[in-house]
Amino acid sequence: MHDKYRKKSGETAFAAVLVALSAVLLWKAAGISGFTALSSPGAFPMAVTAVMLGSSLLILLRTARASGGHPDGAPRRILPPVVLAVTGLIALYAVLLVPLGFLPTSFLFLAVAILLLRGGGAMFALGISLAALIGVYIVFRLVFTVLMPPGIVPEAEILAWLRTLLSGAGR
Amino acid sequence: MIEALSYLTISWFDPKLLMLVALGTFAGVYVGAIPGLSVTMAVSILISFTFSWDVNEALCLMVGIYMGGVYGGSRTAILLNIPGAPSAIATAMDGYPLAQKGLAGEAIGLSTVMSFIGGFIGIGVLAVAAPTVSEFALRFQPRDYMLLAILGILLVGSLSGESLVKGIFAGALGLLIGVVGLDPLTAQERFTFGVVELWGGISFIAVMIGMFGVAEALVQLHHIDKVAVKQRIGRIVPGWAAVRRYLPLSLQTSAIGVIIGALPGTGGDIAALMAYDHAKRVTRDPEVPFGEGAKEGLVAPETANNAAVGGAFIPMITLGIPGDAVTAIIIGALFIHGLNPGPMLMIDQPQMFWFIVGALVLANVFMLIFGLTGIRIFTRIVEMPRSVLIPLILLLSIVGAYAVNNAITDVYWMLLFGVLGYFMKIYGYQVAPVILGVILSRLIDENWRRAIISEQESLAGLFRGILTSPLSLTLFAAVVLIFVSQTPPWRAMRARLGRRRARGDGI
Repeated sequence: MHDKYRKKSGETAFAAVLVALSAVLLWKAAGISGFTALSSPGAFPMAVTAVMLGSSLLILLRTARASGGHPDGAPRRILPPVVLAVTGLIALYAVLLVPLGFLPTSFLFLAVAILLLRGGGAMFALGISLAALIGVYIVFRLVFTVLMPPGIVPEAEILAWLRTLLSGAGR
Repeated sequence: MIEALSYLTISWFDPKLLMLVALGTFAGVYVGAIPGLSVTMAVSILISFTFSWDVNEALCLMVGIYMGGVYGGSRTAILLNIPGAPSAIATAMDGYPLAQKGLAGEAIGLSTVMSFIGGFIGIGVLAVAAPTVSEFALRFQPRDYMLLAILGILLVGSLSGESLVKGIFAGALGLLIGVVGLDPLTAQERFTFGVVELWGGISFIAVMIGMFGVAEALVQLHHIDKVAVKQRIGRIVPGWAAVRRYLPLSLQTSAIGVIIGALPGTGGDIAALMAYDHAKRVTRDPEVPFGEGAKEGLVAPETANNAAVGGAFIPMITLGIPGDAVTAIIIGALFIHGLNPGPMLMIDQPQMFWFIVGALVLANVFMLIFGLTGIRIFTRIVEMPRSVLIPLILLLSIVGAYAVNNAITDVYWMLLFGVLGYFMKIYGYQVAPVILGVILSRLIDENWRRAIISEQESLAGLFRGILTSPLSLTLFAAVVLIFVSQTPPWRAMRARLGRRRARGDGI
């Protein structure tokens, strides 16, 4: 099985990172309660991190030995710019969500992401984003009653206004 | 009995619950059908919105998504040769050739009815077997729980990917994530790095949405340019003769599905492949050879994977041990809703069990309805461009992660695990064992400590206990067997699964 295995670029480095992570965590686990007793709070974490270290070492060894030919498997194929960009967008969303509020942040996120992935068509991106956001808002905010930060949009006031409007019309 | 029946039918007569099961099943069928979106992703994102709900309502939605999602994967397997879910991998082998011959409608109709039959058999077995199993499970010792949980993680790790070592690493990583926070027994800090926010642990929802929502969406970005294939679909309601003809086979493969589904760590995907093999063996002279559009090859996996749903609920409810990633997520959700799956659930809250069975029956019926109708909307949704779909999934992931605790920290956790999950997927590490690990971490930790304390901290005593109890010995032997399971038949099956999956992922 392993003789035919061809590793991807960066795979050895990833395996090495996992080994380092496991080693640090094992050391941290040993610091919880040391080797005092088999039933101590640290015993299970130590066992788990030891398994992590052992298995990640084995993986590293196997990966390092595997033939690494990747003339076409350049790093761009493992981590294309679009993945990086979208990851950045999610991080940006998290930063903006509380100060700006759910509706504007989500609209921006959808519009920019669709624009980025389609490579053009601004009107389409804006239109679809608006439609999608309205759908998400109705299902999750109104039907599922999920609370999201209002930010700069006076959401509660608008909802209250809509409600009086509807009840007024119902009379 | 009457009491059980009344709990069973709660969801059938309550309009709101009825609607939620329908909504969940609908969402499951369509999400499961979109290539690249798995039922695990749907359950993990949608579950986070239900935490403020009443437990019954949340359960209705989850059960619907699960049942619908397992079925939904068959659609794209038949139409596009792309399994929408791992459990539909075997379906593509004969389903797609049927579609190529212009029999897509017939194939979809047959697979829908067969899924329905399989689903019912699974639920029936669940209703009959679970009370007995949970009575038996009351006799389980802490060490048995520990071994069973380890067995579950190992099975998921070894069967769902290319390498057992990577599966073990993923499982251990999950166990570690589950440990973070204050120790439930001594309140000692574990991996909190002095950060008070970490005392409560890492939100399991954030891990789950990161690994199954964000990571999957990021992987899908690789295939953003692929265009969906259009397919004409004719009549889909199958004739009675066709159903009757395949009924005997469907009963056999349903049995395979329930049994495989009920084993901890094996779910619908393995069940479907084994059923396919079984059909190949018992069908003496198929009208069309297998692999070229044999209907037996379609009936077998479809009955088995839906029968496995009922089967998978058996260890989940009676032991608290998940059979696959989806049941792991459902267990996590039950914990958050204050329920504690395990043998005591059946004794303390039998109504919960019968309620779940009732919701499953309902979901199965809705699956049949949605499966045989709405084919036009279906093709529209499946043809939705990825450039719109992926941003939407990501938005829902973020909202879901945020909504659980109204904490932005959870969004960052989600992103972190999303990126980690992305690299794990790219480099061939399975993510399902991570979720199983997170869910089972506490169970293993507590039962290990109980077991070793009852043996006065003596490892020799623990092993003596394991070797002298038939149950513990069986479980222990199974754990050992996995490590030596490099025997040819197992390897061949795994290789085939890996091959099909690689094709399924490469959309």
